[in-house]
Amino acid sequence: MITDEPAIWTQGLRKSYPGRGAALDGIDLAVPAGTVHGLLGPNGAGKTTTVRILATLASFDSGQAWVAGRNVARDRAGVRARIGIAGQYAAVDGVLSGRQNLEMFARLYRMRAREARARADELLERFDLVEAAGRPVRGYSGGMRRRLDLAVSLIRSPRVLFLDEPTTGLDPRSRLEVWDAVRELADSGTTVLLTTQYLEEADRLCSRITMVDRGRVVAEGTPAELKSSVGGRDLDEAFLLITEGA
Amino acid sequence: MTVSIDGGMTETVHGSRITWAMVDTWVVAKRHLLHLVHRPDELLGTLMIPVMAVAMFGFVFGEAFGVAMDVPGAEYREFLLPGLFALTMAFGIGNTTISVAEDVRGGVLDRMRSLPMSPVAVLAGRALADVILAVVELSILLALGTLFGWQAHLGLGGVIAALGLLVLLRMAFSWVGILLGLLVSGPEAAMKYFALVFPLAMVADTIVPTDLMPGWLALPAEWNPLSSTVIATRELFGNTAGPATTWVGEHALTMAVLWPVAIIAVCLPLAMARLRRLGR
Repeated sequence: MITDEPAIWTQGLRKSYPGRGAALDGIDLAVPAGTVHGLLGPNGAGKTTTVRILATLASFDSGQAWVAGRNVARDRAGVRARIGIAGQYAAVDGVLSGRQNLEMFARLYRMRAREARARADELLERFDLVEAAGRPVRGYSGGMRRRLDLAVSLIRSPRVLFLDEPTTGLDPRSRLEVWDAVRELADSGTTVLLTTQYLEEADRLCSRITMVDRGRVVAEGTPAELKSSVGGRDLDEAFLLITEGA
Repeated sequence: MTVSIDGGMTETVHGSRITWAMVDTWVVAKRHLLHLVHRPDELLGTLMIPVMAVAMFGFVFGEAFGVAMDVPGAEYREFLLPGLFALTMAFGIGNTTISVAEDVRGGVLDRMRSLPMSPVAVLAGRALADVILAVVELSILLALGTLFGWQAHLGLGGVIAALGLLVLLRMAFSWVGILLGLLVSGPEAAMKYFALVFPLAMVADTIVPTDLMPGWLALPAEWNPLSSTVIATRELFGNTAGPATTWVGEHALTMAVLWPVAIIAVCLPLAMARLRRLGR
């Protein structure tokens, strides 16, 4: 499903909070469809704000933003019908069971009751949650919870998936599971925008990376390009050099 | 773990916007009702308040209040029960506020906002759940009241009308709770402010008739939305209340409809505006 039109495109995205100054100070992004794109930066760099704006959860002051061919400012409903969001700011219900969560969100994605049940079964199976399906989510491990979160975001097979720090706080095994899922999604044509603080994660998953710091893009390219641009051996080094130079 | 993208991306949804808003509202309401099934202690906790109130005010203070009102204790309980029905509706605000504040904190509200669902249903689902819960609470209170010797004297029609007014009041308070839940900094804060429900519930014609209150208190008590509902329901149940001498008392039935409608008309749009602003 790779077309010329980027799945995510922003130009000069700006947003400031009263009294706190600019959170985003002109972010330009162009993410080709069917790729995994990393948004890398330290805490407070503007990663989450960018994702929240693109997912219609936050407004922006100026600039342009398009997701899956829809204008984010003018066609929120159109964007919402084409995206999925998972990670630190979009949660599942801790009191309900995994199955109840999936069925509820499927219903809210406008599926009929029977369709919602079938989709829940399918996703529970795929994310290895069948055994835990009837238990309240608050009893899940971090990895299980994150898998459920990911399953919920995939209910409607989104064209564009936002993953906001999807592996923060996970043990290494759960992290690998999430990575596998992201790769398979990308292989099947979903565009993924992933924010992370982990350079290894960006290096392994993303075809391109945008480095942000203090609301600005400080570098953009493939992991290999970013490494060679500063003559560094790994992305950690590249990241430190680039953000210090900015 | 295999992931595919065959979820059936149907572009066109069937039915009108209003139909979908109602379906979404029911789905969200069901979520809150399922919470009660998963955590029955919460429901029991909510029900304890009116049950204790019947016991405490009915029997501990009842005789003394009866003396002050110049009626026997049994007759005071007749006066008291409709007050406690309304009081229970007011105490529901606490649970609503805490639950909405938890959803803001936990991110469930954000997820719902990112869905192609009806925005008003995100909040209206909570109001619907509250109304359904109110019907359950009122049924239990009616049974309990009957056990204590309280009864409705004017037949089934009056009872149904009175219950309708109480449920309407709860719906209004539910929107107050939703708005507060969106405004407070978190569930802890919501719990701290819970004591504010007491003046709302008691500076009203609920437990003590307003004419036994000091003058400066009688005025706000008279104009407390609760008072209109309590006086109207006392009339509909045929419970002794003495002649209604105040303006609100004389127009209780009208006011018992107008107050909740006005509260919803103010709180619902404010809550929706606040929900939109959460993203700023």
